[in-house]
Amino acid sequence: MSTTTTPESRSRGKAPAGERVADWADGRLGIYSLAKANMRKIFPDHWSFMLGEVCLYTFIIIIITGVYLTLFFHPSMNEVTYHGSYVPLQGQLMSEAFNSTMHISFDVRGGLLIRQIHHWAALIFLAGMFVHMMRVFFTGAFRKPREVNWLFGFLLFVLGMFTGFTGYSLPDDLLSGTGVRFMQGAVLSVPVVGTYLSFFLFGGEFPGGDFVARFYSVHILLLPGIMLGLVVAHLILVFYHKHTQFAGPGKTNNNVVGMPLLPVYMAKAGGFFFLVFGVIAVISAIATINPIWSLGPYRPDQVSTGAQPDWYMGFSEGLIRVMPGWEINFAGHTLVLGVFIPLVIFPLVLVAIAVYPFIEAWVTGDKREHHILDRPRNAPTRTAFGVAWITWYMVLLIGGGNDLWATHFHLSINAITWFVRIAFFVGPVIAFVITKRICLGLQRRDRDKVLHGRETGIIKRLPHGEFIEVHEPLSQEQLHTLTAHEQYIPAQVGPAVDENGVKRKIKASEKLRAKLSKAYYSEDSQIPKPTVEEYKEITSGHGHH
Amino acid sequence: MSSQDNSEENLPAEREHAPNAVSVADEKHPFADPGLPPHEHRVQDIDERAAKRSERTVALLFTVSMLATVGFIASYVTIGVDTSVYVWPIGHTSALNLALGSCLGIALFCIGAGAVHWARTLMSDVEIADERHPIEATPEVKAKVMADFREGAKESALGRRKLIRNTMFGALALFPLSGVVLLRDLGPLPGTKLRHTIWSKGKLLVNMNTNEPLRPSDIAVGSLTFVKPEGLEEHDHDFQTEIAKAATMIVRIQPDNIKDKRELEWSYQGIVAYSKICTHVGCPISLYEQQTHHVLCPCHQSTFDLSDGGRVIFGPAGHALPQLRIGVNDEGYLEALGDFEEPVGPAFWERG
Repeated sequence: MSTTTTPESRSRGKAPAGERVADWADGRLGIYSLAKANMRKIFPDHWSFMLGEVCLYTFIIIIITGVYLTLFFHPSMNEVTYHGSYVPLQGQLMSEAFNSTMHISFDVRGGLLIRQIHHWAALIFLAGMFVHMMRVFFTGAFRKPREVNWLFGFLLFVLGMFTGFTGYSLPDDLLSGTGVRFMQGAVLSVPVVGTYLSFFLFGGEFPGGDFVARFYSVHILLLPGIMLGLVVAHLILVFYHKHTQFAGPGKTNNNVVGMPLLPVYMAKAGGFFFLVFGVIAVISAIATINPIWSLGPYRPDQVSTGAQPDWYMGFSEGLIRVMPGWEINFAGHTLVLGVFIPLVIFPLVLVAIAVYPFIEAWVTGDKREHHILDRPRNAPTRTAFGVAWITWYMVLLIGGGNDLWATHFHLSINAITWFVRIAFFVGPVIAFVITKRICLGLQRRDRDKVLHGRETGIIKRLPHGEFIEVHEPLSQEQLHTLTAHEQYIPAQVGPAVDENGVKRKIKASEKLRAKLSKAYYSEDSQIPKPTVEEYKEITSGHGHH
Repeated sequence: MSSQDNSEENLPAEREHAPNAVSVADEKHPFADPGLPPHEHRVQDIDERAAKRSERTVALLFTVSMLATVGFIASYVTIGVDTSVYVWPIGHTSALNLALGSCLGIALFCIGAGAVHWARTLMSDVEIADERHPIEATPEVKAKVMADFREGAKESALGRRKLIRNTMFGALALFPLSGVVLLRDLGPLPGTKLRHTIWSKGKLLVNMNTNEPLRPSDIAVGSLTFVKPEGLEEHDHDFQTEIAKAATMIVRIQPDNIKDKRELEWSYQGIVAYSKICTHVGCPISLYEQQTHHVLCPCHQSTFDLSDGGRVIFGPAGHALPQLRIGVNDEGYLEALGDFEEPVGPAFWERG
């Protein structure tokens, strides 16, 4: 308000430059209040928390390298003759897209490196998201209040798949063109509108002259734009909810124990960005990826053997490969079930895992916030479901590479196809049963450990000749950690009569919920954790157990 | 500062319990949370020499990073873009790519390794507990928000003035239609385009590789030849789109071995012409088994029997390969006797 300064501040002299910049920014952006809440924000330490960081950093690397690639790439399908420095393709007709990708790979210094970093980072990004999602799933980190963030993450995974697919198709090489053809064939199978969709997508018949330019704007603008927004939202929610943590001494549902953002986490996480970037750069220096020069430009009448999509599309490839070729003709129309059913199952496979948190929340009816992670063994049904889903996914991945399995392991392709067809239904069930049993076994082991102590491996011979194994009692820290998890009691169907004694109608959903709850939390599905009484009875005994 | 300056309080506390003793502090509640364990000092916390070593390690890593960046620039300037180098076990690879990638990788990795080592050995590793606060608002806040909302809603009169509400919803629901309409020109309507190829009566079968028309004597039993219709040239601007439908393969089978009657009729001296485009999702079929006359699509392994009307014998394809009816013209060259009678390539709704 006034231009005079107080004597006090003048006597101190000018503040350091950094502080003056911060003051300036605070007066306009309010950064001090922001910093007060966040500068010493606590981040718990666990190796599995770096999986999400891998995703974030590869995403940043992809954007940086992608911007560089756009400086040289021509998203056009005009046919040109190659005159670049790669001799074997000279004189070949190819699209400008392929030509400019060749130019990036052979004539721009460092262009090949950036291209390979971009592609490797994309593969690691998808793999990172997959593993990160599994981490969140198996530890129950998706529970309230993090369900929305689970969905954001899921959307990022799905959008990442499509961004990857569109980017992979841009160089217009023989392999990616075959992938686009496959996609077009799948679109054609959609009942009623498939043909129209295909004509609108490709600007006419396949391949036409439009799809590279269209995929380009989808790949570099539309999808990454949405993903960037989702990533920011995902991170804001991570900050807002604060990290989850595993149970342990001093760690409760109401606190978060770890190191402050400034300086430890900043140095570790910031340093980790450089570690990830560095490793990807070295991989790109020594391992060729997508060598379009040996694939050649796309021609719809040519193909090479071993045609495979990038790994994250492999499970959809498996669906389409093992599906029987059902086709129904009626009244002048064709229902291409052999292609359309895989096209429908493809999103369903993904949705199956995405909706799980909401199903579990409904079964438990638990409305509390959960910030303490579950050990996978302590949620046997969830863990078994997750492993069953992964099995499902992996079976399809095997189907997607059935030709490679056949050639590398000298197997019959018919046998592999039939294996996948059967395992698609049976595999997840077997995996579910086995996983649940393993979880229960591990729970029993924990129980024994709490009650009887740790096996020391020391065998002692008593004076009268008896051999005993010495068990060492656990410390209170260990006892607490092993007994900190909660165990639900199965929900019951409410009373058959209402408060007035009138028989009430029991809804089917209520019955289903009780049934599911029983499957989740009955005695067959969890081992009761040891109680203090049991512990005291055993330890206060006569010294041997 | 030397290690002698360490005060007693910096040294780790003596262990309270003998290793084998029961260490449950709280006899009444053995499973109760004992609270955060006491902080254990690292060697760098109590020994300044170790701390100095860590400092030097971090500085070394940062220095290596600087050198690697210099190496990156030097490689960029000195190594030719087309220089090849043999590296075991990768084999021949681009020298520039290898040098740039390695230098960049080392430069980045060392920054990261330095920062992480710094954080792990020199920054405080005392664990701090922060409180969490429930996400849900307090009942007072919620009541205030609901009251505010009701107030706002009332002032807007949206609930009372139904005419405004309904027409607004109508307008908002309709205007996106403009955007949908604008998408119409993304492509032409399909019409019957997928039903026809540029094959027609009298068009010669031209060898894809030699660009020469074929005589029956050019086709030996057991060979697989890819052909295109005469007049379709690589430089034509719609070549890709036309060849995507018109690509055809011809094989020669002993006429006695042709099981399908119509196939025999449409062949010429055992030479049969089939669409090369798989009826599954449109990959070009390119693998031929001479003995069995089976062809296999390398994308999804659909297998067709060319001696039995192109029937599907394995894989996800839903219907047989379309056959092209061929004959020989006056000059003795193979020619088409018409277009494919049914649509080639993947099935679609209007195919019938």
